[in-house]
Amino acid sequence: MSGNGRTKLVLGYGTCGIAAGAAAVKEALEREVSAGGYDLDLDIAGCMGFCFREPIVEVFYPDGKSVVYGDLNPKKVPQLLQAAASGEVLEDWVVRRSDDTAAGEGDFLANQHRIVLRNCGNINPESIDEYIAVGGYEAARKALTNMTPEEVIDEVSRSGLRGRGGAGFPTGTKWGFARKARGDQKYLVCNADEGDPGAFMDRSVLEGDPHAVIEGMIIAGYAIGATQGYIYCRAEYPLALKRLEIAITACRERGFLGERIFGTDWNFDIKIKKGAGAFVCGEETALIASIEGKRGMPRPRPPFPANEGLWGKPTNINNVETLAAVSWIIANGGDKYAELGTEKSKGTKVFCLAGKVRRSGLAEVPMGYTLRQVIFDVGGGVREGKEFKAVQLGGPSGGCLPASLLDTPVDYEAITATGAIMGSGGMIVADSSTCMVDLARYFLSFTQAESCGKCVPCRLGTKRMLEILTRICEGKGEPEDLERLEVLAADIKAASLCALGGTAPNPVLTTLKYFRNEYEDHIFNRKCTAGVCPALITVKINQDICTGCGACARICPVEAISGEKKEPHSIDPDTCIRCKLCLSRCPEEAIYAE
Amino acid sequence: MEQVRLNIDGVDVVTTPDRTILEAAREAGIRIPSLCYDQRMDPFGACRICIVEVEGARGLLPACATRVTDGMVVRTNTEELRRIRRTIVELLLSDHPRDCMTCESAGNCELQDLAYEYGVKETRFPGEEHHYEALADNPLIERDYTKCVLCGRCIRICREVQGVGVYDFVNRGFEAVPGTPYNRPLTETPCEFCGQCVSTCPTGAIISIPSKGKGRPWQVEKVRTTCPYCGCGCQIDLHVRDGEIIEVSSPVMVGPGQGNLCVKGRYGYAFVHHPDRLTTPLVRKDGELVPASWEEALGMVAERIRGAMDDKGPDAVAFLSSARCTNEENYLLQKLARAVVGTNNVDHCARL
Repeated sequence: MSGNGRTKLVLGYGTCGIAAGAAAVKEALEREVSAGGYDLDLDIAGCMGFCFREPIVEVFYPDGKSVVYGDLNPKKVPQLLQAAASGEVLEDWVVRRSDDTAAGEGDFLANQHRIVLRNCGNINPESIDEYIAVGGYEAARKALTNMTPEEVIDEVSRSGLRGRGGAGFPTGTKWGFARKARGDQKYLVCNADEGDPGAFMDRSVLEGDPHAVIEGMIIAGYAIGATQGYIYCRAEYPLALKRLEIAITACRERGFLGERIFGTDWNFDIKIKKGAGAFVCGEETALIASIEGKRGMPRPRPPFPANEGLWGKPTNINNVETLAAVSWIIANGGDKYAELGTEKSKGTKVFCLAGKVRRSGLAEVPMGYTLRQVIFDVGGGVREGKEFKAVQLGGPSGGCLPASLLDTPVDYEAITATGAIMGSGGMIVADSSTCMVDLARYFLSFTQAESCGKCVPCRLGTKRMLEILTRICEGKGEPEDLERLEVLAADIKAASLCALGGTAPNPVLTTLKYFRNEYEDHIFNRKCTAGVCPALITVKINQDICTGCGACARICPVEAISGEKKEPHSIDPDTCIRCKLCLSRCPEEAIYAE
Repeated sequence: MEQVRLNIDGVDVVTTPDRTILEAAREAGIRIPSLCYDQRMDPFGACRICIVEVEGARGLLPACATRVTDGMVVRTNTEELRRIRRTIVELLLSDHPRDCMTCESAGNCELQDLAYEYGVKETRFPGEEHHYEALADNPLIERDYTKCVLCGRCIRICREVQGVGVYDFVNRGFEAVPGTPYNRPLTETPCEFCGQCVSTCPTGAIISIPSKGKGRPWQVEKVRTTCPYCGCGCQIDLHVRDGEIIEVSSPVMVGPGQGNLCVKGRYGYAFVHHPDRLTTPLVRKDGELVPASWEEALGMVAERIRGAMDDKGPDAVAFLSSARCTNEENYLLQKLARAVVGTNNVDHCARL
């Protein structure tokens, strides 16, 4: 937001920004502003989504225009401040200009539709006043003072909102179950146990706009009749936890949380429960066990939490993204939300673009966008001009889809039909340098390590699948291994206790379906065409290109490379350990793996 | 109670809504195989052996943890279910020693029974196997997690039935295993050595040290009796081989204990064959205890009681009974005191 007639610099200060060096930039900004006597305001915001250009500063001018600069560091700060003070635009650093979407990475935002991320990167997440200034808490006030709980549920049902944690269960229907369940005490839980590798949308929302989630919780609590809320957030998200605590304290001071909130006779408060980082605790019954102080392990359903949840009481569990959408829906109407999307999947979905995509970051698009639009129009396509090979949707529970399915729309049913799942919204892009067997092996190693160990198919079945994949990658695959994988995958899916096991084989099944030739190459030809699996590749030097600079020989940890100065070098395949360090070092790109 | 009608494998079953599919099926004589199920505890749904098909349900359901509903149509033994159960048994055996020949639990092992039922001789999925060191950190209970199937029965019986909670799972994934806090020996935990974990363990992972190597289930004669230790009257089975008690167990869901025993009932049987045990009454003669016949001993007691009564009246006599006697025996003793001797001086050792 722009200041009152003053130029304001807003630093992206989410975990992604801090990891890229925003803390040093912040320090430099504060130092230089006071040292230079600049008449400028400084502020922070959460992640704007441009994770690929962090650290980022958005300069808001008094005339309402703004410019986003990226790839900043403390050395660039003096020049940035001078430009900001003078109104000059540093064209080379521009990520986005509010008055020119063609500039920089402008089309990244132009191709999005931001509802959940409406305030992320735009307001200071540690200031309740900034949230209120953009209309915050009006939806909660409206729900509590002007609507019955049933009307709130109807509004959410009309929006068509479905659970954004991955399963896509209709939120209004879920609330209806919890509303109808009988119990002297009910609970509302916000599931912030985000754990998919490559998924960071919940963290970004909690860091960038915690009040949107809290407001959604107040509305949901009122709708189902819960007076106590819990946020189950992993302790590895310290910044999200800190901002939630600040937000909750501010809400209590304003009378938005606690007793008789918004001047009504309704009570609602929120406790934060820090999770210890078990992936399985994202499963609702394991999450409940964890809040109760037990080992996080799922239990069979039914009974569903709506009837027997936390401490045996009716409990409704919603994901961060779902709750952040709720406050927008109550403020703007369910019909407005339902205008976006497909027949069965309404509204928007936040995706985390990661892997070999050019613009890795956070993007929110209307349902119905195709994967191609998300990856190419928003994400800018594959990095370094390489060829798109696959996209892994839904993390370790999801599936890997090939280029031929890029026109699949973002829609729960359409994605499930491919063998992948919408999941929480991780989108990991693979290019020609990704081995699909190795990718499946990676995801299975994750689910195996994170299996709670309770049920046999998940504990032992995924272990055996992982062993088979590992030996295929090591060039020891047997012809019968593909069938073994398929038998195990089918039975694990059918018999596992919870969705962790039930979906764990998906990365293997989809890669077997769409990239079977790579498995066969590994097993029958002992070749890894992507040049990834060390046991199946040879690292070679192209004698026509090598200039004999010796850079490769110097970095080789096992002295496998030899050659006369200024003469083409060569690699002794018996000594080489295929670490590929030399590949990245060669200035002529003369070294390759095959 | 309200009645529920359902159909299991073509058989119409009438039961009550508090029943699970597994219970309703067993009552109707339809056996659904299980491994992590023990009716003394709440259902757990971990082993997935008892999965069944329920019409209209999304996916397969564990019979042990799914309550019956009216109109339910259940299939317990389809080709798909048998295929999946076989895979599960093969997976379990892929991380289980094939040492049934010397295993303490051979013949009393639910995994062995499942392998037999599903004809699993070899596993299609060999791989890494666990080799834990057997833990004999106390004189009674040995834990060898190499044979553990992670059914959680030891953990649950200790917590739910005994209210002690010595065990829980530790680690995740393939490395998950039951354990004590910080892997301390049982002697350094609140363990009461009731051996309930031994009684529920479906394999040879938790065994009783005093019974080790003493005999196979088919070599013993089981003698049903009442536990002599307290007035509860738990039913026990003495496992007798060649005239020697080698183990004590309790029949599940029978008698006041419902299959549960405490440390005394389960392990306090060594006195039976102990050389110091009194086998005849002793009578003190000239300051020395000497063996006597029952006739002589009881005669002397009767004579002394009569003497005291004659001398000072019935209230000069008191009867002290034992909590270790059965209710019937205690009843008879007070009857003797009140009706024969004529005194109300009756008490018992548990008040001492």
